[in-house]
Amino acid sequence: MTAPQHPQPAAPQAPAFAPEAPQWTGGYLSPIPVRKATLADALASEWTKIRSLRSTMWTLGVMVALVFGIGCAIAAAATAVDDNGGGGKDMSALSFGVFGVLLGVICVITLGVLTISSEFGTGMIRTTLTACPNRARVLTAKAIVFFLLVFTITLVSTTLVGMVAESMLQGQWTDRTTGEMWLRATVGVSLFVALIGLLALAVGTIVRHSAGAITAMLGLMLLPLVMTMFMYASALSEVRKFLLQYSIPYELFVLFASGTDGPDSSGPTGWDPVWIMMGVVAVALGGAYAALMKRDA
Amino acid sequence: MIELQGLTKRYGDKLAVDGLTCTVRPGIVTGFLGPNGAGKSTTMRMMLDLDRPTAGSVHLDGKHYRQLRDPLKVVGALLDAKAMHGGRSAYNHLLCLAQSNGIPRARVAEVLDTVGLTSVAKKRSKGFSLGMGQRLGIAGALLGDPQVLLFDEPVNGLDPEGIHWIRNLMKNLASQGRTVFVSSHLMSEMALTAEHLIVIGQGRLLADTSMADFIAQNSRSYVRLRSPERERLLDVLSGSGITAVTAGDGSLEVDGADGARLGELAARHQIVLHELSPQQASLEEAFMQLTAESVEYHAHSAPAPGPAPGPQPPGSGWGTDWQKKGS
Ligand SMILES: Nc1ncnc2c1ncn2[C@@H]1O[C@H](COP(=O)(O)OP(=O)(O)OP(=O)(O)O)[C@@H](O)[C@H]1O
Ligand SMILES: [Mg+2]
Repeated sequence: MTAPQHPQPAAPQAPAFAPEAPQWTGGYLSPIPVRKATLADALASEWTKIRSLRSTMWTLGVMVALVFGIGCAIAAAATAVDDNGGGGKDMSALSFGVFGVLLGVICVITLGVLTISSEFGTGMIRTTLTACPNRARVLTAKAIVFFLLVFTITLVSTTLVGMVAESMLQGQWTDRTTGEMWLRATVGVSLFVALIGLLALAVGTIVRHSAGAITAMLGLMLLPLVMTMFMYASALSEVRKFLLQYSIPYELFVLFASGTDGPDSSGPTGWDPVWIMMGVVAVALGGAYAALMKRDA
Repeated sequence: MIELQGLTKRYGDKLAVDGLTCTVRPGIVTGFLGPNGAGKSTTMRMMLDLDRPTAGSVHLDGKHYRQLRDPLKVVGALLDAKAMHGGRSAYNHLLCLAQSNGIPRARVAEVLDTVGLTSVAKKRSKGFSLGMGQRLGIAGALLGDPQVLLFDEPVNGLDPEGIHWIRNLMKNLASQGRTVFVSSHLMSEMALTAEHLIVIGQGRLLADTSMADFIAQNSRSYVRLRSPERERLLDVLSGSGITAVTAGDGSLEVDGADGARLGELAARHQIVLHELSPQQASLEEAFMQLTAESVEYHAHSAPAPGPAPGPQPPGSGWGTDWQKKGS
């Protein structure tokens, strides 16, 4: 009785079913129309997930408040400053938006990580992957939805801050603003911030733990700057310069401020930060896909 | 129809599932039993391609789970009660699942109604009780009206009314021709719902049998007799062609006999009976015997009374030291 009794009918290793005819013997057929699930379905699902969480709304609300509030406050403070003496030739009225965006990036990092790590933390990921066993599709849908959301919100807030700053600083800094600068300080910055969000999503997918992944992302953002503070030795000056110029805050500043022919042409200028970040994100997302596909959920 | 083929899963040194081969047929409820840590949940996760098997395979209606185009319409699963984000409302949780498989939105309200959660549909599932979470999980499993259903300990946390409901639900689903696969620790629970049984212990298949066979083989019914005139009773019984076995405590056990007939027999011969009781060996006992060798996690109810160091006078046990001190 304790010996496993193999059921006699249906030899185990013979999938004798004709693949084209779904014949479940006495099986049940649902009235719900059957159609192939697609990426569009996954996108709709991820959009519902992201908008149905209060934490998303809060984090994005705080981000808009930071970008807009701090941007306007600093522009207001700048009205008191006469720029005749100071200010590089790269500075424009738009540059004052950088500080708000820098803080806003922290919200984007948190949200990017949580978008996936909270699923691992709660066990929701099992439900998600049961509904969509194509794991690459799940991650792609999450990445697209999150990227577009962050891009749109950043674009709206940076554009608003830019317009407010321009009008506040009439005649002081505004004459330097070119159309290309406008594009870079809005579309460029939004692309950059949304890419950082994707990086956070990728790190969250690999690390799985919310706290760990957020710490890793904040470290990535701040550590290079902190390290440069301790590099006095002249032998290290090249390393120091590299760390500084490729740190996230500096790159953001480049997007906001520098002209295409900035004073320090050795570092990234113009749209470079966006391209650099694209490369980094491509590598990180590659790792995230591999991790998600390979590991047990 | 679910076919497992030499399914094996190893976590580091631990062999959680060990060469499991069996078939789960449609049209009936199949119970999946085993003690804690036997590998039931692991097997179910592998069926859903959540954990990758170390060896072997699972086929659902001839397909691997990964090949399903619209998985929720083929397989519905309830794994952990709280495999959901607590910050999302019950409605939105089901909505995002429905959308991922192109299931019409109207289905969400339908399944919420089926499991009785309509009144809390807009509440975040964080505040749900264990049983409510379980019901939401069941709603998710029913969403696509699938032909295969997997439930991992569905009665966990449900109230008596809920248990009754899920029993009937599973039977109904099976009677519609679906494949229903339910895990449980409770033999008695399975005896009420399942028609077929698959028992595992330490990841290995111990039994694959129909419930009726299992009951026939394992539930012995007998009558226990106790009498001060045991020898005479034995003679009378054997005189009437009834075989009785002497049990350890001096009572007699008669298999498959009618209590009334035995009582009348004793009265006719004027034998005093101290006990005449029909007995039934429970399925639970049979299950425990079956899995006894493979139970990994034993509870220890008391310090083992085994060979104590040095002989102890009877009556000097627990508490005697204290009594001495107190006096
Ligand atoms: N992710 C994992 N990593 C390591 N070991 C695991 C993992 N999942 C399960 N195990 C081990 O595999 C064995 C089987 O676990 P499983 O959860 O499948 O048992 P179960 O039959 O569902 O038990 P229960 O009745 O308690 O739910 C256990 O010994 C467990 O410790
Ligand atoms: Mg389990």
